[in-house]
Amino acid sequence: MAVAARSIHQTRRIKLQVFRYVVFALAAIFFLVPLGAMIEFSTRANNGSRTLEYWQSIPKYPDLTDAIFASLQLALITSIAMLVLLVPTMVWVRLKLPRLSRIVEFICLLPLTIPAIVLVVGLFPMYLWLNTNLSDSILTLAFAYVVLVLPYCYRAIDAGLGAIDVKTLSEAARSLGANWFDVIWRVIVPNISNAILNATLLSVALVLGEYTIANNLLYNNLQVELVHLGRDNAGVSVAVAVASLLFAFVLLVAIAFIGGRPRRVRPEAVTTVGIGPTAGSPR
Amino acid sequence: MPFLAYVGFFLVLPSVIIGIGAFLNADNAFTLDNFRNLSRSYVFKATIDTTVISAITALLGASLGAILAYAIVTGSPNGLLRRLTVSASGVLAQFGGVTLAFAFIASIGSAGFVYLFAKAHGFDYYAHGIWLFDIPGLDLVYLYFQIPLMVLVFLPALDGIKPQWREAAESLGGNTWHYWRHVAGPLLFPAFLGAVLLLFANAFSAYATANALINQGQPVLAQQIAGAMSSEVGAFEPGFAKAIAIEMIIIVTLVTILYSLLQRRTARWL
Repeated sequence: MAVAARSIHQTRRIKLQVFRYVVFALAAIFFLVPLGAMIEFSTRANNGSRTLEYWQSIPKYPDLTDAIFASLQLALITSIAMLVLLVPTMVWVRLKLPRLSRIVEFICLLPLTIPAIVLVVGLFPMYLWLNTNLSDSILTLAFAYVVLVLPYCYRAIDAGLGAIDVKTLSEAARSLGANWFDVIWRVIVPNISNAILNATLLSVALVLGEYTIANNLLYNNLQVELVHLGRDNAGVSVAVAVASLLFAFVLLVAIAFIGGRPRRVRPEAVTTVGIGPTAGSPR
Repeated sequence: MPFLAYVGFFLVLPSVIIGIGAFLNADNAFTLDNFRNLSRSYVFKATIDTTVISAITALLGASLGAILAYAIVTGSPNGLLRRLTVSASGVLAQFGGVTLAFAFIASIGSAGFVYLFAKAHGFDYYAHGIWLFDIPGLDLVYLYFQIPLMVLVFLPALDGIKPQWREAAESLGGNTWHYWRHVAGPLLFPAFLGAVLLLFANAFSAYATANALINQGQPVLAQQIAGAMSSEVGAFEPGFAKAIAIEMIIIVTLVTILYSLLQRRTARWL
């Protein structure tokens, strides 16, 4: 009896292991082949041999280098603006206006439920006005991008603030004579540096991958230019796509690495509002 | 507070512009024509097509993702394989847009090595037309971010299943089928359904991937919005674009509300 039961369990375990490895192998094929194909495609010469010609000719496309530069600038501006806007507000709400915290959370997570294409429809007339009255620089896109990255950064920073005792820290600093700027800049920020780095990397990754808003507001950022170029010279376009992907991948691995360090995180901040994790990501 | 001012300007104001603009005609007079125009055949078709694409990729993505999640969860909870697949899912669920379209064009497109290889071995999967740049292609490409998203949202539910429940079912004489049919299945079903809805909303809002992949025609509702907004294709109809935007918001919001209700139901047990 016991022997029979054990062999049933054993066959079940073997079956399960076979099932698992088949599933993992199939998943690996589905997810890795398209990525590998891009590298293969961007190094394939017309006669079928390997070449780095496409990679080398990236600097020869001024529109492309301009777009890369613009996207990098946008990433920088967006990250700084997001931090300046979000960190003091969230600290302030935590300390002084806890009743507002639900509202701020709701506002910050709202862009997740609004598809980017819908946001563009509302932004379009505003940007028409902005272009004629203020500036038609591509860098004005940062205004919209701050809204786009808001939910992701809110979660990152909220987790960071949840892990420290904001109240005690700020009261201690205040009683030692610090003003509010010092409290935030010299006490809170160093304590949530991981969360801030996390939020920054996320917004950089999001801005570099953004296409919908830029394309429909008629700006040439990196992704828009990639599509244009893809119609003329697919090889160069795919090469840049691989490069940007690798860059974003490094950023995301960095996030995973930072996030992997043990720390206390309040889970309810993420789960109480019933909005999905990525419903508004830039695709 | 500067935060509220900023959000008011760049989040609330655009919403108000959409809400009001949808009821205005070209002369800024009140009209319901924009909503009547939603019944235009090409917009109606785009709505149906987008719904079908979202439903197919949500159901397929959820099923395949659930299988993958099960394969992950039956392994060691701190094992390398699990950590690797979970972080990879986190990256791939965010992976979309232009680069994703390129990845598929470069692999299974008509110049991609998978196609060249298959064709050289007598399997020409484009014999009846290049479906990659049409709705079937979109379905396949969307799965690339739907499956990882499913893994991320379904893993916590699977982790909540206790091995004791299976032992209990077995000690009461139940076999594997009984266990899945009467214990694990009913427990996981709300979580699964909720995930399907989340994936649906995710695919429904997608724009960049579709636009980078498909040049001809605008099969996706998001592309119709873009088309009506810019004068690139056809007429410049800002009011109409806003009406389609409202249609889209209503659908996504309904799905999201259902999702959060199901989340609450799931939380009761898992």
